[in-house]
Amino acid sequence: MSALETQMLCKNFGALAVADKIDFRLEPGARHALIGPNGAGKTTFINLITGRLAPSSGRILLAGQDVTALPQEARVKRGLGRTFQINTLFRGLSVLENVFLAVCEREGLGNVMLRRANARRDLLDESYGLLESLHIADDALALVKELPYGKQRLVELAIALGLKPSVLLLDEPAAGLPSSETAIIFDTVQRLPGDIAILIIEHDMELVFRLANRITVLVQGAVLMEGTPAEIAHDKRVREVYLGERDHG
Amino acid sequence: MFRWFNSDKGSAVERFVQRDALKPIELLPWILAIAAYYVFPSYLPLGSQILLTILFAISLDLALGYAGIITLGHAAFFGAGAYAAGLYALHVTGEPLSGLVVAGLAGGILGFLSGLVILRTSGLTLIMLTLAVLLLVQEFANRARPITGGADGLSGISMKPIFGQFRFDLFGHTAYWYCLIVLFFVWLFALLLVRSPFGRALTGVRENVTRMHAIGAPVRRRLVTVYTISAVLAGIAGGLLAQTSQFVGLATLGFERSGEIVIMLVLGGIGRIYGAFVGVVIFMIAQDTFAKADPAFWSFWVGLMLVLIVLFARGGALGVVDQALRWVRKVRR
Ligand SMILES: Nc1ncnc2c1ncn2[C@@H]1O[C@H](COP(=O)(O)OP(=O)(O)O)[C@@H](O)[C@H]1O
Ligand SMILES: [Mg+2]
Repeated sequence: MSALETQMLCKNFGALAVADKIDFRLEPGARHALIGPNGAGKTTFINLITGRLAPSSGRILLAGQDVTALPQEARVKRGLGRTFQINTLFRGLSVLENVFLAVCEREGLGNVMLRRANARRDLLDESYGLLESLHIADDALALVKELPYGKQRLVELAIALGLKPSVLLLDEPAAGLPSSETAIIFDTVQRLPGDIAILIIEHDMELVFRLANRITVLVQGAVLMEGTPAEIAHDKRVREVYLGERDHG
Repeated sequence: MFRWFNSDKGSAVERFVQRDALKPIELLPWILAIAAYYVFPSYLPLGSQILLTILFAISLDLALGYAGIITLGHAAFFGAGAYAAGLYALHVTGEPLSGLVVAGLAGGILGFLSGLVILRTSGLTLIMLTLAVLLLVQEFANRARPITGGADGLSGISMKPIFGQFRFDLFGHTAYWYCLIVLFFVWLFALLLVRSPFGRALTGVRENVTRMHAIGAPVRRRLVTVYTISAVLAGIAGGLLAQTSQFVGLATLGFERSGEIVIMLVLGGIGRIYGAFVGVVIFMIAQDTFAKADPAFWSFWVGLMLVLIVLFARGGALGVVDQALRWVRKVRR
């Protein structure tokens, strides 16, 4: 059974088909890359999977169960975690609090009213440990909005990891980062437990080939091709549509 | 190795935890309130007004300051509580504590029902809808003359002694202590609430709704819950007004009360509980001072003060204090 599956998934914005009959499978433990030119519909695809957008038609299955009609939070509870291409953080809160909030929700504490959150030292320590592993523990008490962009990018990842997802969707996690910080992100992703299924959107082909064992190419909302990195690298259409285009750029 | 350094794990988490510890200065409002009782015995009715307005501001802070629900209609719940307490005293019993429960229920039910509908929206739409709810309730109170007394309001309310022991006296001694003790418990509850996982998650909703969804929080339900809690507290504040002034009029549902409470909270600083204490006191003193110095234009000066705060001190008076403290610490280093 796939960790995540979409069947004939469609999304139209007016006349524009941003997701066009996407049949997709993410296997347990996969390191799956989603590539495609800007505007191909990659982010939209992730928004459909997480429930941020409702599909025009088609189905979404998590671990074999149809979640198409479920709200976002129900999907998160079933192990779906994501990061955003554009930082989506609690800017006015501290870095530690950003992760702590996610960890508390994961533990189902969000409705607990008359006990102190800080009494859960174990969860605070866990959140802090996550920051350490991403090398941002020194900024644990700084407000997110005071951090440089690169570190904010790491907080983005830390929040998703705090959910301990079984399916992790990474939308250009290293977008706009210098290579030193890109390395931290990719090392972290590479060190994640093998049983997490990861779908990553990334433009840097070198990184994609290093990380992924499966690649899907999306063009104008439709799957152009799917295969192993080697198959993708040698496919003529992909070279024309995507790789070739980037060689010139 | 260097355990005493700041970057040590124990100390960063420790300092994070320490932020929530009760500090001695947090007892100051209570010391001042008790001192005021002895220093200004002839101002006790005004004192009671201040105390119940602080309670009202705390209720608003939960919704506006913590959860980020911008509302201009909070007087709807205050007024609902006031009318409920008044009607209860007139038609059922003048027993005050059960009257407060009824007032809280009235505010809470109205908050829950209106919250279910209006909290689907956000931004300007939401502000307009909070106003619409207030106008609806106002108009209802105005039209339902046989029940509410219309423009004449509810009078002739008489209260029984608290616990059958402490009767409400002409000089407002009992009323002052009554308000103070109710405020104290509401303050304790609010502190507990904002430091709970639920309360922390509210700040998450305020800071970023999209991310809150993405970490699996049922955002709408949380908003309706806090809005209801906030409305219960606003109802209790209204109930206190009805019981201590023994009159309920349309002004309890007034737009002015709605707007002023927002101004007070912003003056003091939103999202910090104590902004309610500081803001209400500053506003009342400023109103009094300006009214004496310039009876014709005092509201202009209050407005100017608000503009300055919003432009230059977004955290309100307490925000300014915070910044000053941070600056002093930096200079000392
Ligand atoms: N909310 C929206 N309304 C209308 N069009 C949208 C919306 N979101 C995205 N689009 C369009 O859908 C297309 C795909 O966008 P996106 O999924 O962000 O692409 P990618 O992530 O592959 O760069 C783009 O042409 C974009 O302009
Ligand atoms: Mg994108």
